[in-house]
Amino acid sequence: MKMSGLDRILLLLTIVLAGYQIAIGVDEMTAIPILAYTIGFGVLVVSGLLMLILGFEALESPIVVIISTIIPLSLSAGLVWEFLAAYRSAYLGFCILGFLAVLLTRISPAKHPAPLAVLATVHGSAGMVIFGLPLFLAATGSVHPGFMLVGVGGALIGFGGLLLLFVRAGSTRMPIGRVYALLPGLLLAMVFAFVAGFALA
Amino acid sequence: MKKTWAFVNAKIRLYWPLIKSLQTGLLLSTGLAGYLSARAPARITDLAGLAASLFLAISGSTILNMWYDRDIDARMKRTHRRPAASGELGEAEVLRLGLVISILGVGGAVAIAPLYGLVVFAGLFFDVAVYTLWLKRRTCWSIVWGGVSGGMPILAGRVLATGRIDLVGALLTLAILFWIPTHTLTFSIKFDGDYRAAGIPTFPSTYGLGVTRALIAGSTVLAALSIGWSGFLIGVQAGMLRLIAVLASGLLLICFASVTRPSERANFALFRYASFYMLATMILLAMGRMI
Repeated sequence: MKMSGLDRILLLLTIVLAGYQIAIGVDEMTAIPILAYTIGFGVLVVSGLLMLILGFEALESPIVVIISTIIPLSLSAGLVWEFLAAYRSAYLGFCILGFLAVLLTRISPAKHPAPLAVLATVHGSAGMVIFGLPLFLAATGSVHPGFMLVGVGGALIGFGGLLLLFVRAGSTRMPIGRVYALLPGLLLAMVFAFVAGFALA
Repeated sequence: MKKTWAFVNAKIRLYWPLIKSLQTGLLLSTGLAGYLSARAPARITDLAGLAASLFLAISGSTILNMWYDRDIDARMKRTHRRPAASGELGEAEVLRLGLVISILGVGGAVAIAPLYGLVVFAGLFFDVAVYTLWLKRRTCWSIVWGGVSGGMPILAGRVLATGRIDLVGALLTLAILFWIPTHTLTFSIKFDGDYRAAGIPTFPSTYGLGVTRALIAGSTVLAALSIGWSGFLIGVQAGMLRLIAVLASGLLLICFASVTRPSERANFALFRYASFYMLATMILLAMGRMI
């Protein structure tokens, strides 16, 4: 499917916003969250650029599943490191092992249900952290209520992941054209929610 | 009056493709970044003089290239419609135009500052005399001199701001020198047939695709390291350095993919990404001291 001019503008804005977050938005934080958010938003910048260059076909590569796992894992690792000090090491371990598990089950030639189960567990857990933790923190008054937007970003990232899953599964309920039409706007909304949420925190 | 305007308009339309506006724009952006990397806030008169003289000098050397290479351009599918190759513009007219614009560019640069003018002249000399006239039709290694010439605008910008050739200027020049193979070698892979038809020696035709891809990978790594190091020495803000590192990681990953899983798509992605990478890092280096 050919990328429209509007899609290109939306993607470019997504890249600029994610780039802004890397360059300016995380300056006040400590080393690990800076690294985690840089990786998460960095993947968004690079994959956005590749989509601009190669079109939506870039999403059809099998490596997309592996690369897209990095975004929720790194963002959730940054959040846990910042706000749940007691779980830092355990969660970081989970992220590293989770990523390795996704990587190994995806590159293994054997055909078994493990890849999907691993992906669902790792993505699901990281997604719940990004969605739930900011909402909880904002609701309990630990942070500015605007930080809830990070949770909204988490929900959007989950929705985006679901859409891509429809594409890979060849679903007839959600044709590929419709998913691609939604994706640039969804990515921009997601990054905007993250950037605004972090700025307000 | 209307007639004169129509004449000028028609000439500009014919002359514009002679300067390869995208390439000239990219090189001009490196010159501005070189200047801004040392002097922020910028002097507007310096910036205007730099932009005008560099634009003229780069355009002039490109026009002279087009004039000299019109015979090989005519043999290549990609370039046979260029005004000098197709005969739309007479060879004497193209040569005159190239010389006048080059002299205006270099002359203007010397008038602004002699050392700056010397660097601008060196860029033009390496590009026209060494790369185009001497080596391009003889050896594929000519691109090294094309790279040296491509590195002159950024050095010129830096020299205009600092008044001397310093380590950062040398590193920035190296960054462009190493970046140019990523750009030109991916191009020569894509248009291999064209270059063979025109009898131009290229790395793919001389050493094969494997060696060419390995060279692209090596030079990309060196370009990324040079840009990162110069950014650090310039004192670019940490966030901007992080973003430069992210963009470099993307470039290296695509490069790795094009070596391990070569395809036309990977080659195309690397070519386009490399251009974006250069433009983006130039903007970041320029902004890095302002923020």
